[in-house]
Amino acid sequence: MSQIKSLDDLRKIKEAVQKKIQLREKSIDPEKVIQIKVGMATSGIASGAREVMAFLIEELEKRNIEAVVTQVGDMGYCYAEPTIEVTLPGKEPVVFGNVTTKKADEIIEKYIKNGELIDGILPANYHTI
Amino acid sequence: MTQIKMHLLVCGGTGCRSSHSEGVSQALNESLTNHGLDAEAKVVTTGCFGFCEKGPIVKVIPDNTFYVQVTPDDAEEIVKEHVLKGRKVQRLLYLDPEREKTVSDDRHMTFYKKQIRIALRNCGFIDPENIDEYIARDGYMALAKCLSEYTPQQVIDIIKKSGLRGRGGGGFPTGLKWEITARVQADQKYVICNADEGDPGAFMDRSILEGDPHSVIEAMAINGYCTGASRGLVYIRAEYPLAIKRLQIAIEQARTYGLLGENIFGTGFHFDIQLRYGAGAFVCGEETALIHSMEGKRGEPTFKPPFPSEHGYMGKPSNVNNVETYANIPVIILKGPAWFASIGTEKSKGTKVFALAGKVNNVGLIEVPMGITLREVIFEIGGGIKAGKEFKAVQTGGPSGGCLTARHLDTPIDYDNLLAAGSMMGSGGMIVMDQDDCMVSIAKFYLEFTVEESCGKCSPCRIGNKRLHEILEKICKGEGTMEDLEKLKNLSQVIKDTSLCGLGQTSPNPVLSTLENFWDEYVEHVVDKKCRAGVCKSLMKYTIDAEACVGCTACARACPVNAISGERKQPHTINPSICIKCGACMEKCKFNAVLLQ
Ligand SMILES: Cc1cc2nc3c(=O)[nH]c(=O)nc-3n(C[C@H](O)[C@H](O)[C@H](O)COP(=O)(O)O)c2cc1C
Ligand code: SF4
Ligand code: SF4
Ligand code: FES
Ligand code: FES
Repeated sequence: MSQIKSLDDLRKIKEAVQKKIQLREKSIDPEKVIQIKVGMATSGIASGAREVMAFLIEELEKRNIEAVVTQVGDMGYCYAEPTIEVTLPGKEPVVFGNVTTKKADEIIEKYIKNGELIDGILPANYHTI
Repeated sequence: MTQIKMHLLVCGGTGCRSSHSEGVSQALNESLTNHGLDAEAKVVTTGCFGFCEKGPIVKVIPDNTFYVQVTPDDAEEIVKEHVLKGRKVQRLLYLDPEREKTVSDDRHMTFYKKQIRIALRNCGFIDPENIDEYIARDGYMALAKCLSEYTPQQVIDIIKKSGLRGRGGGGFPTGLKWEITARVQADQKYVICNADEGDPGAFMDRSILEGDPHSVIEAMAINGYCTGASRGLVYIRAEYPLAIKRLQIAIEQARTYGLLGENIFGTGFHFDIQLRYGAGAFVCGEETALIHSMEGKRGEPTFKPPFPSEHGYMGKPSNVNNVETYANIPVIILKGPAWFASIGTEKSKGTKVFALAGKVNNVGLIEVPMGITLREVIFEIGGGIKAGKEFKAVQTGGPSGGCLTARHLDTPIDYDNLLAAGSMMGSGGMIVMDQDDCMVSIAKFYLEFTVEESCGKCSPCRIGNKRLHEILEKICKGEGTMEDLEKLKNLSQVIKDTSLCGLGQTSPNPVLSTLENFWDEYVEHVVDKKCRAGVCKSLMKYTIDAEACVGCTACARACPVNAISGERKQPHTINPSICIKCGACMEKCKFNAVLLQ
């Protein structure tokens, strides 16, 4: 640890360490940011949900998009795993099926950034808490 | 590199550690490693979540899942189910006592809904042993701002404008106290933090120090800047080993960063902090006694004035504030006095931390805005009275406070309303009572504490409280008279008026407030010789219900003093003048014919 000698030094340290708790900060008020739930039941994991989740977390951060990515158990769409549910602030949740990293990229660029609806949306047939 | 996508916050407060939360952290870490998930999920030890009774607590971020009573054996399931597959472990979720439904995340728990966390903002959120996490939450930003942008008087004005009042009991305006200490000229001044916390059942200050020690350190440094003091002292009771350890770590880390020590932020301001240990006497929480104790003298109070702000530690001006008071300071500086003053009532701003205990479903540490009603605290946050029983009273202010009744349920809680109702804010104890609590016994309990803790220096307190206690004992034994009730009132007033320190000046409050609010119950004890709550054993009578008694003689044979008479197959009776109330007959009767009333 080096000494903090000014307000600027403190700000720099803060920026560097902020990442450590960012996940916690965002979860205080998840409704205010984009919420993404990744279906992670056995079938989801087998079909690549873990990779999709890692991709989402990494890319959203790189593209400076504030989002909370959580994993949930079976979403009830085994036929279309991996599935992800995206809730933009103030909007109804939308579920996408058969999500690959390529599809995830499209979801970020089109739906999350511009609210454009794209292929692969599944009918809502369940309730999450 | 894989990104951390989950934080498992494990409570490391005293409450949860006593139920083995350290074992839980360890087991979670092992399990994560075994499943190759340690690069994706991280275990963080935090301070208290306030829900200690249901500890150990584990909270999963980002989905805010709140697990209660987690054991090390549960770790594997949490990792395999929740971390790996995203399925919450249902059996570990908190069960809503009223709706008998599990609640999956803490934002939906009624316990948290009405709370506003300012003093507790970082408790249960950051790792208190890691200064970086505090800095990530704007830690030391307030100190930096004060030193580089404000004059001491400007900072004092901010605190004055915020309306913050002392959280240690008295409610003295904090900004004004700082101003007084600042104005006195002296070559050396001291910043003192009162962490004695002597009220029975209180643990507000302990939780703050364990969960967010840096907030207190930062505030003390700000006070040093305002008052012109370069030395800070924390007076903490030796029975708080974890809080002491966390404070020591925090002070060490702050020194390493140069946030304590010489030339802080390159502004020429010097400040450092040392700890002083108390032996845990209640009276040592009184500021003059506290200072004497720190000087190595007997922990006895002396007459005020002079106040510590003028003549304190080693005869030097000393600013004494409570832990919770300090914890509010950095936020007030950063968010501004107007923000703080927008919370609360006209004369009581901000929030107050309470240790909610007694007959409510959810007991724990809560922080609520001033002006919230007792009803909201007891029936919403507290989840109502246990076992569907009836609310009777709530005690606030500990040994210096009083009991409030159903009449006061809708009174907004603030310093002045509580005083007007015959109680006080105190440091934040709040004990809820139901129909099974006897108010005379409650008053007796607090007097017992006071008699034990009186330092004995002044006679009204030393002798008067003892007399009060004796009279209460007499009443509980069924030997009290109406005259005794008058005596209680008069003696209480004398003790209040003539005692030297705050201990004696407030110790009769539990008696006076119960006399005022539960007069009927006192009268029942002395005139009818009855205790409706069934607490005062001496006033209870064993009788036999003639209808239910079949005359089996089992009771008579069990009675060690031959108090029971009656023919075989005829209803029996108990002679109350012989009966020693041992309860043997009641135990033996198979027909529930022996009654206790
Ligand atoms: C008998 C007695 C016990 C006290 N115990 C405490 C205590 O444990 N903690 C505390 O902060 N203040 C306690 N006080 C109040 C202190 O004397 C003092 O008013 C307080 O520390 C000032 O800080 P504040 O203005 O921030 O509340 C006690 C007072 C009395 C009379
Ligand atoms: S309570 Fe004990 S002493 Fe009294 S009647 Fe019953 S057995 Fe006898
Ligand atoms: S044991 Fe019960 S039923 Fe039998 S005599 Fe005693 S009180 Fe009556
Ligand atoms: S000590 Fe863990 S919740 Fe209070
Ligand atoms: S009826 Fe004879 S012992 Fe009960």
